[in-house]
Amino acid sequence: MRVAARVIVSAPPEAVWSVISDPERMLSFMSGVTRWEVAGDHPIGLGARYRMLFRVGSAEVGGLIEIVEFHAPRDMAWTSVTGLDQRGRWRLRTAGEGRTRVELRLAYGVAGAGLTGWIAERIAAPVVSGHLRRSLQQLKRLVEHEQMRERAAVRRAARAG
Amino acid sequence: MAQSGVATGARRNGNVAASDEAISNRKPAPSLLSRVMRGVAEQAQRRIPRADLDERDPDFIRERLPLMWLLASLWYRGEVRGLGNIPDSGPVLLVGNHSGGNMTPDTIVFTLAFNTYFGVERAFYQLAHNLVLSMPALGSLRKFGTVAASPANATKALETGAALLVYPGGDYEVHRPSWQRNRIDFDRRKGFIRLALEQDVPIVPVVSIGGQETALFLTRGERLAHLLALDRLFRLKVLPISLALPWGINVGDMLGHLPLPAKITIETLPAIDLRAEFGPEPDLDEVYDHLIRLMQETLDALAAERRLPVLG
Repeated sequence: MRVAARVIVSAPPEAVWSVISDPERMLSFMSGVTRWEVAGDHPIGLGARYRMLFRVGSAEVGGLIEIVEFHAPRDMAWTSVTGLDQRGRWRLRTAGEGRTRVELRLAYGVAGAGLTGWIAERIAAPVVSGHLRRSLQQLKRLVEHEQMRERAAVRRAARAG
Repeated sequence: MAQSGVATGARRNGNVAASDEAISNRKPAPSLLSRVMRGVAEQAQRRIPRADLDERDPDFIRERLPLMWLLASLWYRGEVRGLGNIPDSGPVLLVGNHSGGNMTPDTIVFTLAFNTYFGVERAFYQLAHNLVLSMPALGSLRKFGTVAASPANATKALETGAALLVYPGGDYEVHRPSWQRNRIDFDRRKGFIRLALEQDVPIVPVVSIGGQETALFLTRGERLAHLLALDRLFRLKVLPISLALPWGINVGDMLGHLPLPAKITIETLPAIDLRAEFGPEPDLDEVYDHLIRLMQETLDALAAERRLPVLG
């Protein structure tokens, strides 16, 4: 099952990228995520591994994931090593001056689970896609807030100078 | 899936031998009925699989997780809290209260939660009553890591560094009347504490609520079980009677029943290192009373959250 969500953030791609590529900030905006820990000694970049879980229905699902594509500030993709089969992607594109189109995609399932797997994936889809939409809204708020505060700081400095 | 305590296995096995002798002394020519019962008991005994921890099959479990997820999420609206209290690795003894007759919804919800939280790669075994494992339709439980309740099996599982789930209350607790649904009742069985001390593993209490609302459990039927000699022949102390779908009056619950969609909530408590908390030679009764009190308080809190039976 594949779900996706999109949002336009009023900030340059670099500002969004600095948030989504930082494992320590994941829990601050990702909806439904209950755990996001660095596994191994390589916290950011290609080959970085995270142990992550998110709540869907009565279980926390997820497992170990690995970053398999890392092109700052445009694309970051991951795939599962253990746990739920998943492949996800952050896709950042410029949408005019100082604006970024952010897309978050997630394909998930349990290989070999047959009919019950098929049904479960579809029943979970509205919940998962709700989490994605909410995550993007929270990301937008977080990044735009930071942008605002940075601009305010610049104005303050100018006044003081 | 009435699961059973650890120490009781040995004690009751001892009883089986002793009482068999007593029967043969008293009754030189057993009646046809008792011969048939003996025959069935022997067949059941023979069917009890040797404990082979290797029968646990992570791929099999993984492929069944979606079905369990559907059941747990849609039917039971399961909620499992505090899984982070279970140590991330190493052997651990998970001690749960047991509810819901032979259908044991709490086990389904917890097994799903454990396997998705830690991954099917982490070895996780559950002790079950011999009769459960000898039922032909339930053979696949062994692939989930369910092994017959005995001190030897429990020791073996913990020695391999696995997480082990035991329900000390076993068949006694699982068939308690519905009006005792919010009561922890291990029948003073303390084998699990001895096991944790011998293996020097932490105990993690797992408290669940809602299972006893999946049918109207009326009585354990202990006297009936004794009269029919089920305790001696099958290690069954109870012959429960309940009102359950689709049977109406359900005696024995041997064929299971259709559980009502009661909301199941499970809370996992912080791990207890017995020797750190109770000294180098802990007193079994003190540990037992402490654990029961702790679990009962948690169950009371969970009960206070519930507004309506079944709906939760």
